[in-house]
Amino acid sequence: MSLNPDKILLSHGNGGRLMHELISGLFLRHFSNSILDEQSDSAILPVDTAEIAFTTDSFVIDPLFFPGGNIGKLAVCGTVNDLSVSGATPLYISVSLIIEEGFPMKDLEMIVRSLAEEAVKAGVTIVTGDTKVVNKGKCDKLFINTAGIGRLDRGRNLAGRFRSVIPGDVIIINGSLGDHGMAVMNARESFNFRSPVLSDCCCLNGLIGQVLDQSSTVRFMRDATRGGVATVLNELGGKIPFGIEVDEESLPLDKGVSAMCEILGFDPLYIANEGKVIIVAGEVESRHILELLHSHEFGQEAAIIGRVVQDHPGKVVLKTSTGGKRIIDVLTGDQLPRIC
Amino acid sequence: MKYIEEYRKKDLILAVAAEIVKVSRKEIALMEVCGGHTMAIHRFGLTSLLPPTVSLLSGPGCPVCVSGQRFIDAAVEYCHLPGVIIATYGDLIRVPGSNTSLEKEKARGFDVRIVYSTLDAVEMARANPDKRIIFLGIGFETTAPATAAAILEAEKEQLRNFFVLSAHKVMPPVMKALVEEGVKIDGFIAPGHVTAITGTAIYKELPEQYGLGVVVAGFEPVDLMQAILMLVKQHASETPGIEIQYQRVVNTGGNLIAQKMLERVFELKDESWRGLGMIPLSGLKLRESYAVFDAEVQIPVEVPPAREPKGCICGMILRGFKTPEDCKLFATACTPSEPVGACMVSGEGTCATYYKYR
Repeated sequence: MSLNPDKILLSHGNGGRLMHELISGLFLRHFSNSILDEQSDSAILPVDTAEIAFTTDSFVIDPLFFPGGNIGKLAVCGTVNDLSVSGATPLYISVSLIIEEGFPMKDLEMIVRSLAEEAVKAGVTIVTGDTKVVNKGKCDKLFINTAGIGRLDRGRNLAGRFRSVIPGDVIIINGSLGDHGMAVMNARESFNFRSPVLSDCCCLNGLIGQVLDQSSTVRFMRDATRGGVATVLNELGGKIPFGIEVDEESLPLDKGVSAMCEILGFDPLYIANEGKVIIVAGEVESRHILELLHSHEFGQEAAIIGRVVQDHPGKVVLKTSTGGKRIIDVLTGDQLPRIC
Repeated sequence: MKYIEEYRKKDLILAVAAEIVKVSRKEIALMEVCGGHTMAIHRFGLTSLLPPTVSLLSGPGCPVCVSGQRFIDAAVEYCHLPGVIIATYGDLIRVPGSNTSLEKEKARGFDVRIVYSTLDAVEMARANPDKRIIFLGIGFETTAPATAAAILEAEKEQLRNFFVLSAHKVMPPVMKALVEEGVKIDGFIAPGHVTAITGTAIYKELPEQYGLGVVVAGFEPVDLMQAILMLVKQHASETPGIEIQYQRVVNTGGNLIAQKMLERVFELKDESWRGLGMIPLSGLKLRESYAVFDAEVQIPVEVPPAREPKGCICGMILRGFKTPEDCKLFATACTPSEPVGACMVSGEGTCATYYKYR
């Protein structure tokens, strides 16, 4: 047996020599930092704040590599964004890999490199991790589980802030809807659409930090991942005694995404994003927030897409670009391509 | 997007809406036959633009909704057979059969795969010579030619592991059946893509014998609003006739090549419609000369008698005699996530729409 096999073997997870080589030769090489390099059973973290934010997430995606990213980048972005929308400054993350026996070593290295690069970009440190290898067929190629810890500075805790939402507040998004979902679907189903739709997968802590630093009326913030913008707005609608009105004409949409949605009968409002945040803020300050977003690389296409209204409490209503109105309901099951 | 944006122009839609308000004096009920129309009407919120004199009723044209329970039960039986892959359009997998759905069977480990085109299913047969691929043929004159094309392709390549379970249906008998049963409508917004294949001759009897207006409509908001205006005008002047609004796609003769393919591969049979029951000569089955591709002939399975849901009044709702609120199951036993009847199955069915807008 070669000591440097090109595929993951069960021995890479059995605590022996191959596992040691994998840890030092791959993980430590890419993730190296003073806390991780200690290689103790727990990472010991300095925290200089009264409150921390703590989150966990698991990443399972087919295909692992898609236009605009891969599962590694996604894992860091997803974790960082969950912390950021809580008002926290992401600091530390853990990365656990469950790998199927026979997984190509070069793919693993690409994923690990993406994890490392994205962590550096976002300014978070990967401080602990774990690897398990399971028999062929017992998992779909590779799964990642993460946890994340962020510092919650005074006055930054956004939990419960939604209670201050009032009619007239505006709903802002930092860019186009549905890019991630459609990019992944295009890669998975080999539709061969020529339009190069890229996943929007990115870490939003910089952008969100900037908004929170320079504004005072952000009352709700959520990353619009699974279930898309419609799901986030319905969640908010369920918590407040007011209605939400969305203006279809104002929704930023990539041309390719919009064409794919037309062909497949999908509604972009329900499609997953991995670099989009919904911000609800006071009307007066909204223009300022929009300017802040526009000045950031991940907010160039930011737009006000709707507002909180007195009418239809609990319901999200879309003012269609054609002048009509319809309710945007909670999604039942996955969106399925329609035959008619 | 070309051919889309032009037909979604707000000013144009509002101008047509204003014209409808101006022309509409007496009450008029119109049935949009096609599921695609129902979807567009709700997606663009068109009902909110119509005057109270105009009411729209969703017809039986959502193929997923009207497929009989027995069809789903048969597909479920097929997916349990060893070496069988079920290839299906996506929106069929959630439709409930007597006891289960294809989605639930897929979760139990049976091989049910979503395809986007009939030719994907043919490709699946090519790529899996040791498996039997059963394509679930569903839809009206619109999708049936694509199934015929797949069968002709399989014939050309002599693929012996490609089969079709056909629930294809044709439009005219059900429209006529609804009218004969006394559905309370004054005209049809006729299905654009069905008519693109069939031509307009299939509607001949409707104005002549029953005094109903027929306007073949496209699927964008301007199309639908214009079609409604045309029907309102026909109704106002008491001159019901057949008109084509969707002229960029539909002509009176239809698509002759597709018609020939249909004719070559399929023949009419009596068909059971969910909520409407058996309608004579309203379904399509493979002709005997193509029986080698007919799943029912080549791979017979025992399908237990379908258990029609008790208390469901979808048939009455589809006929326009009752509304969802008259149904005991509505919003209690029957919801969008656990649909019982046809009208709740599709997100655009009458019951599902009522549920959303309650």
